[in-house]
Amino acid sequence: MSKNAPTTLGSNPTKLQPALSVEDLEVVYTVRGVDRAVLRGVSFSVAPGEAYGLVGESGCGKSTTAYAALRYLPSNGKIVGGHVRVGGRDLTEMTDDELQQFRAHEASMVYQDPSQALNPTLRVGKQIIESFTLLGHDNATAATMAVEALKKVRIADPTRVMDRYPFQLSGGMQQRVVIAMALACNPTLLVLDEPTTGLDATVEAEVLDLVRVLRQESDAAVLLIAHNLGIIRGLCDRVGVMYAGRIVEEGPSAQVFDDPRHPYTVGLLRSLPRHGVRKTERALATIPGILPLIGSDLPTCVYVDRCPIATDLCRTTMPPVVPVGNKGDRFTLCHHPDQIAAIEEPAVSVNISVLAPSDENPGVLELSHVSKTFKQRNLSIPALVDVELDLAVGETLGIVGESGSGKSTLAKAILGIEAADSGGSVSLDGRVVMASTVGRTADDKRSMQMIFQNPDSALNRSWSVRHILTRSVEKLTNIKGDAANQRVEQLAEHLRLTPRHLDLKPRQLSGGLKQRVAIARAFAGDPRIVVCDEPTSALDVSVQAAILNLLADLQTEQKTSYVFITHDMGVVRYLADRIAVMYLGRIQEIGPTDDVFNGPNHPYTEALLSAIPSVDGEIVTRIRLEGEIPSPANPPSGCVFHPRCPRVIPGVCEVTEPPLREVSPGHAMRCHIPVAELIELQRKPSK
Amino acid sequence: MKRFILKRVASMVVTLWLLSTIVFMVVNVLPGNVARKVLGGQALEEDVIRLNARLGTDKPLLEQYWTSIRRIFTLSFGDSYKSQVPVSDIIFPALGRSAKLALLAFIITIPLSIAAGIYAARRQDKPIDRAIVTVGLSTSAIPEFVTATVLLVVFAVKLNLGKVYANPPDGVGLFGQLEYLLLPALAMSIAYFGYIARMTRAGVIGALHADFTRTAVMKGLSQGQVMRRHVLRNAMAPTIVVISTSVGYLIGGIVGVEKVFNYAGLGQTMLDAVNKSDIPVLQGAVLLVGIIYMVSTLLADLFIAYLNPRVRLEKSR
Repeated sequence: MSKNAPTTLGSNPTKLQPALSVEDLEVVYTVRGVDRAVLRGVSFSVAPGEAYGLVGESGCGKSTTAYAALRYLPSNGKIVGGHVRVGGRDLTEMTDDELQQFRAHEASMVYQDPSQALNPTLRVGKQIIESFTLLGHDNATAATMAVEALKKVRIADPTRVMDRYPFQLSGGMQQRVVIAMALACNPTLLVLDEPTTGLDATVEAEVLDLVRVLRQESDAAVLLIAHNLGIIRGLCDRVGVMYAGRIVEEGPSAQVFDDPRHPYTVGLLRSLPRHGVRKTERALATIPGILPLIGSDLPTCVYVDRCPIATDLCRTTMPPVVPVGNKGDRFTLCHHPDQIAAIEEPAVSVNISVLAPSDENPGVLELSHVSKTFKQRNLSIPALVDVELDLAVGETLGIVGESGSGKSTLAKAILGIEAADSGGSVSLDGRVVMASTVGRTADDKRSMQMIFQNPDSALNRSWSVRHILTRSVEKLTNIKGDAANQRVEQLAEHLRLTPRHLDLKPRQLSGGLKQRVAIARAFAGDPRIVVCDEPTSALDVSVQAAILNLLADLQTEQKTSYVFITHDMGVVRYLADRIAVMYLGRIQEIGPTDDVFNGPNHPYTEALLSAIPSVDGEIVTRIRLEGEIPSPANPPSGCVFHPRCPRVIPGVCEVTEPPLREVSPGHAMRCHIPVAELIELQRKPSK
Repeated sequence: MKRFILKRVASMVVTLWLLSTIVFMVVNVLPGNVARKVLGGQALEEDVIRLNARLGTDKPLLEQYWTSIRRIFTLSFGDSYKSQVPVSDIIFPALGRSAKLALLAFIITIPLSIAAGIYAARRQDKPIDRAIVTVGLSTSAIPEFVTATVLLVVFAVKLNLGKVYANPPDGVGLFGQLEYLLLPALAMSIAYFGYIARMTRAGVIGALHADFTRTAVMKGLSQGQVMRRHVLRNAMAPTIVVISTSVGYLIGGIVGVEKVFNYAGLGQTMLDAVNKSDIPVLQGAVLLVGIIYMVSTLLADLFIAYLNPRVRLEKSR
């Protein structure tokens, strides 16, 4: 493949000329006839072969920057100042035809949701071939090149995949196809917008590995947008931290994340559960206040309202670009970079002692031989297989696993939303309750509540917060009238909602506040058990920190037990006392959090743990899973994990399913490999 | 796919049975004696009795019902009560006339309304888009018989363009017939233009905002390529549904339009049959419209399945 090299002045283009340079870019969105500033002078450059990351919370302008870099803005968005140059040519001055040629030959993009990014009505092959015919190749050549492109993104059976429609491929495969199309023109600039958000951790790890390898084969400048700081650290040479339409700090990723010099970067990093911190050690840092609205007048420091070290100077004068170090590769937009060390760490706030269930202390919840089989036509699909669990008062049990592993079915079986198969039992306080919610008593229902992933769809949008909470109080507790009103106000205060919030509708609240209302709803009747299904995965990290702190506080005060479903290993490590790892409806490993994180582990857990993109750049043993989670309708023989297991023992694993075997007190797993051998295999490489 | 079509055909049979049952019930709820209505108030009582015996309308209801159900499956609807000729000799020529009119209406409406819908979608919220939407809304809000009357008065009577009645005399060639059919077809087109244009517009706007369209633009395709290869195929499903339902309506005859232009189509025939309690004709005509309606919906579903592999592959499972 020949490359349309940008014309350069010298005969030998050096790394000194950036592939992408964004200069003082200003973008506005026109909302109801008024221009509102989104980007307030963004400048950065990316050299050929370099990867540059943009991080920041939603609304900070990072996606707008990415799309502006390809001059693709929504119809109400426009560039009002600055320049975007790719290969020396200014995009802001291109005609529509030039822009089209530029996109065909020099720039490509990989998007957040690959299932939506591909045309659902065309075969995958046709869509990839199109990328090549655009470059002037005839159909036959383009078809050969498409097959090559699929091989390049490590698709094993490219001709078969070419013949498929997008919906017949898994998310990971779809994203590989999108990447193959993006690389078709051998681009000068490759923009990746949250390329792995929404994919499972194991798939995410594969896609990131692929991008890492492809980067070495290509000379493209990569602009990566991600809210996950670990991904940026693992992939990017340099990072820019964005806030309210400005880059507030920039530098080599490792340096910025290890030694941040802007208060916002500090806030972001400290709100992450990292370094194995647990809820019993300290609360997570939060960032008080909210992001300024787009179009707000921000004449001074953009972060001043939320900054813990702001002074009068910050409130009156725009901070200068302050170099950090003497290499000239780092800067911060702060008046007081020397005061960063003065930002206080949050104190220890959570104090819970969990009593392990014993003879005198029965657990609050016990699942015995719980299975759930779905019937579809003539197929029976076992979604849960013989699950045994208990939960102590005030304990948090984390449930992890890829999508399709049965986490949500387990939550539904506990709550009775999906009645478990007969033959097993769910017990509350030592008493067996009915399998289905319909048969359970009002008190059973009050005792078990749920918090959902998406508060938008969990709250009735046409009711006020007060109405939502009053109804829950009345339904769950039988308290009526004035007493119910009082209880609602107490509840709101407890959840740090102000009386003003009570009279608003859900859509008038931010994501974090909406989730608080959803939590208040669940706590309306003093529940014993709350099932949390990914309650923070749709939230920004600083908001996530506040919600996790709140859940921990509520637990301390009310001795509530949580079943916490998540895909985020950092979150589960912070909050959970014990962790259960699920695969194809079976618990593959269960044990105290420290034991699960320290090992020895089931190979599946090992793969999940090594898939975490770490913001701290820790070295982890990397084992990768091949293939996809099999259909539960047709589970593999023997150990259900054996077809993907990198440590499979031939002749054993595909024959018999291993029992759940205890390897240390409370720590059990389903694996044929002897513990001593697992310990040896999984020993951390010495640094 | 085969299974899907078989299933649909089976459900069509059930629907036809329900339809004929309903027609039978409605007709028998109407007051009056069949033979008396056919022969008129002056006829002798014995003639009435004789005719009832000949038509079988003196038999118990259940037996009459059985006869009428048998007719659907043998497709022989018997003779008209009124004119004594076989029902098929009445309804099939009427269907032919209705089909001719409907076809002309479609030839005018479909290209025009789809083009207008796409044009409006590409200029969303611009004045021309607003104009197309407003015109479409107003024309579909006006009843066809009003449009038909206005067209008739303005063009045929005042301007002397086109004919006041749609039935061409015998021996007029194809182009000659057009002159007679143009105004009623135009009245139907005006009614359906808005529906189809607005559906097309909504479908295209949806597809234009979809992520895959963004992918196509970012690939570097021209606007025309993006529309042809990626947008239209994904945008057409609602348009196809609306067209297929209007096929049933138009061929079933827009009674108002046929009446205004005095056109002996299927609608007119049904109206007459109701007035005269001519049960076999009514039953035959209603079932015919039912079949056309169901076949056109089935064809629409097959076409959507052809355009959308997801629908196709899931239905064939």
